[in-house]
Amino acid sequence: MVTFEMISPADFFYRNRDIAGFTNPARAIFSSVRELVENSLDASDQSRVPSEIYIRLSNDGEESSEEADVYKLRVEDNGSGIPPRHIPSAFGQVLFGSKYKLKQARGTFGLGGTMAILYGQITTHKPVDVASSTGTTRIHRYKLMIDIQKNRPVILDSKIQVNKNRWRGTMVEFCLEGDYPRAMAKIVEYLKQTAVVTPYANITFVDPKGRLYKFNRVTSKMPRPPKETLPHPHGVDVETVRRLIQITKCRNMIDFMKTHFHRIGEKISHNFLKFAGIDEKKDPRKLEPDEIVKLVRMMKKFEGFRSPDASCLSPLGEDLLKAGILKELEPEFIAVCQRRPSTYSGHPFILETAIAYGGNVPRKDDIVLYRFANRIPLLYDEASGVSWRIIKSINWRKYKVKPDMPVAIMVHLCSTKVPYKTVGKEFIADRPEVKAEILNGIREVARQLQRFLSKREYREKERRRLAAFSKYLPKIAKFSTELSGKEKEPDIRKLLWSVRKFEEETE
Amino acid sequence: MKKKQSKSSAAERKTEVLTSLRNFGASLYSQMEKGNFPWIKMPSRSIDNIFYSPEFRQYVLGEKTVRRSARNIRHIRPFSQLVWAAYFAQELVRHRKTSTLRDVYYSAQAYDVPFKDQPESNSIITDLETVAGFSREECNVFPEERSAIFGDLTIEYTVPGYEGKQYNLMSHPDGVMIGPALTSAEFVKTTADKLIAIEKGGLFTRFIEEQVHKKFNSLLVLTAGQAPRATRHFIRRLNKELNLPVYIFTDGDPWGMHIAMVIISGSANAAHLRDLTTPDAKWSGVWATDIVDYKLPSVALTDVDIKRLNELQKDPRYEGELWQREVKKFLKIKRKAEQEAFSRYGLTYIVDKYLPAKLEEAA
Ligand SMILES: Nc1ncnc2c1ncn2[C@@H]1O[C@H](COP(=O)(O)OP(=O)(O)O)[C@@H](O)[C@H]1O
Ligand SMILES: [Mg+2]
Repeated sequence: MVTFEMISPADFFYRNRDIAGFTNPARAIFSSVRELVENSLDASDQSRVPSEIYIRLSNDGEESSEEADVYKLRVEDNGSGIPPRHIPSAFGQVLFGSKYKLKQARGTFGLGGTMAILYGQITTHKPVDVASSTGTTRIHRYKLMIDIQKNRPVILDSKIQVNKNRWRGTMVEFCLEGDYPRAMAKIVEYLKQTAVVTPYANITFVDPKGRLYKFNRVTSKMPRPPKETLPHPHGVDVETVRRLIQITKCRNMIDFMKTHFHRIGEKISHNFLKFAGIDEKKDPRKLEPDEIVKLVRMMKKFEGFRSPDASCLSPLGEDLLKAGILKELEPEFIAVCQRRPSTYSGHPFILETAIAYGGNVPRKDDIVLYRFANRIPLLYDEASGVSWRIIKSINWRKYKVKPDMPVAIMVHLCSTKVPYKTVGKEFIADRPEVKAEILNGIREVARQLQRFLSKREYREKERRRLAAFSKYLPKIAKFSTELSGKEKEPDIRKLLWSVRKFEEETE
Repeated sequence: MKKKQSKSSAAERKTEVLTSLRNFGASLYSQMEKGNFPWIKMPSRSIDNIFYSPEFRQYVLGEKTVRRSARNIRHIRPFSQLVWAAYFAQELVRHRKTSTLRDVYYSAQAYDVPFKDQPESNSIITDLETVAGFSREECNVFPEERSAIFGDLTIEYTVPGYEGKQYNLMSHPDGVMIGPALTSAEFVKTTADKLIAIEKGGLFTRFIEEQVHKKFNSLLVLTAGQAPRATRHFIRRLNKELNLPVYIFTDGDPWGMHIAMVIISGSANAAHLRDLTTPDAKWSGVWATDIVDYKLPSVALTDVDIKRLNELQKDPRYEGELWQREVKKFLKIKRKAEQEAFSRYGLTYIVDKYLPAKLEEAA
């Protein structure tokens, strides 16, 4: 007999933890660190205070299975803190969060941090400890577990402590099964790349062996925060409009368009409704289902809308990107580029690229690619990402770049909707508009590198040329003197001087 | 008994070499003294400037020249190396010292004009030959390979420590190595009236054992494969200074044939040099015709052999009737034979029967 049942979102992600990046013990521990760190970074972006993040991973003592140990993970930040009434849900309920707004953030689904805690719970059956304060006189402490079947937090214990120092921030601690030895390299790489795109953060990591990794801030300047934005008509679907007409206070279509969509004024609203054949005076609440569908279709077709502005985005900016790369890679040469805002399917995006040469840039047999999206590093599936394929398609010899050179390229995509191919933010799908921007951005910085390399090559050649003349001319003089049986060597100072002068002329 | 005196041919050459080297240095010196970058012009040795000269009966360089200037960054290093090589040669000749191509490669390092590798060093020595107009052997630089001579020839050494000392080349039954001391020696006297050059060591020894030198009144030279330049020059001297006709015996294949040809007409690689050839020397065998006439045990020609024969057929040095005939014959019978093949008729057959017949044929 067939039976039917319903499962909760928590249950769904419990059953499908692979898609959120919890495939195996090594990957799970990496994803847990990453999700908590990203929550902390989001929280300090919100409070506009340069981040202080402390991460500690320790052995919990008991061995649980052959390929995995039990670890205790603790992440502490100085971010915004969480209003006390939301703390249990923020950590005990999947798909609950504060980042559903139309503005750039690292987290998106109300999923990441909670998934990590859920994973900890299902592998160790231990509760999570949370302490948070929004900077008031109190600190709120919770001991929580997740009721997976109901997707609800279960509060085991809660305490209120006096906040003498007016600490603001959040501390999360829980146990999970993981394989640190195999995750170690990726975690450290992740933190290093995070330091590149977050040059205003102090990040401290103590690993299970007691090793200390410190990434220090080089600036206290933070990128301009994103502003929440209205949806762009090109990116809207039927469901969005249906919800809007339920809550709107507008009583005609002109106002409706102006109030609920991105960058629509009187004139554009008028033009669009005429184009769509919709009565300007129509009460939006009276739109029939087929009229809603028509409205959405026409919105996608109409070309008279202004393109989305980028105030909902928070790119790093050329100066900060440069500062981050300089601090972590100490390259000999660096070029950064922020492209003008652009859009794909109604979603605004900004692309930032950088190229670094020499210094501590790793010397592989290929270009090193650092991929970032909304200021988080993407470490897995590099070869599937669009950036890698673009790099491979470029003829690098044109830019004087040889495979054995230490060259690193950073590609940073900021968008209200990053076109990830999977839930576990790993790589970016091909969108023609995004692809074109990545290509242009890389070309822009590559050209600058080429100028640097040519100049250096020229200088090096010039140096070798001079060295050759100053080494060999005297020898020719000496041996000719011996050969001809003359007493005194000819004066070649003028000749040597003439090659030198030539050098000055051409530089 | 014939007695030839060619006093001081070697000594004269030495003075000429020194003068040439000195002039080379002096011209560079005066260029620099005038405040100019030194430069030289020399005949180009590229393929398109190598021609066969029927007049000289050897390859020569054409009109094309190359200019090397110390002003040019690509030339400055090889230019310095060339001037150094000239200086080095001058020292060698002056102090009557010899050295090898390998020595040259290493010696350059002591003067901080190092060569990348042996071929680079060798090519600079060839430049020196072109500029100075003398072979490297005359500049006292020798390759490693050595060949040998045996027979009644008395020579007088000119090398330091042996000046004036005389030596008869029959004194050692293995023959005497044709090295710098011998090539710089003067000829005093000989009873020989011909010279037989032999490609292979085994046969050279057999000839000595069988007293070919006595029976045929001959000097015997072992070329040991392709004859080194010093040996080619030496054969030329014996031919010119002592009027000895030269007969060359090689294997019966395109390679042996060409060993003879290089002794007679020289090689394209030495187009910038003179006095290495012996145009009147004769190739006496083993011919393709001999393979047939003497019914020699033979093996089939390989593809490489056939390709080589086709090249030789078009080579201007092979225009002569004998050469064309033999090349065609080889191509026709498609077989080759080694000198040792005569052993099938007994070890002495080659000396008792073949050699007299061939010498008679050539005379
Ligand atoms: N360190 C933190 N500081 C402040 N708020 C946090 C912190 N960690 C989590 N939160 C809150 O909990 C919510 C859920 O987090 P999470 O499950 O990671 O989902 P997401 O980050 O995708 O929204 C976040 O939206 C945020 O409001
Ligand atoms: Mg999150």
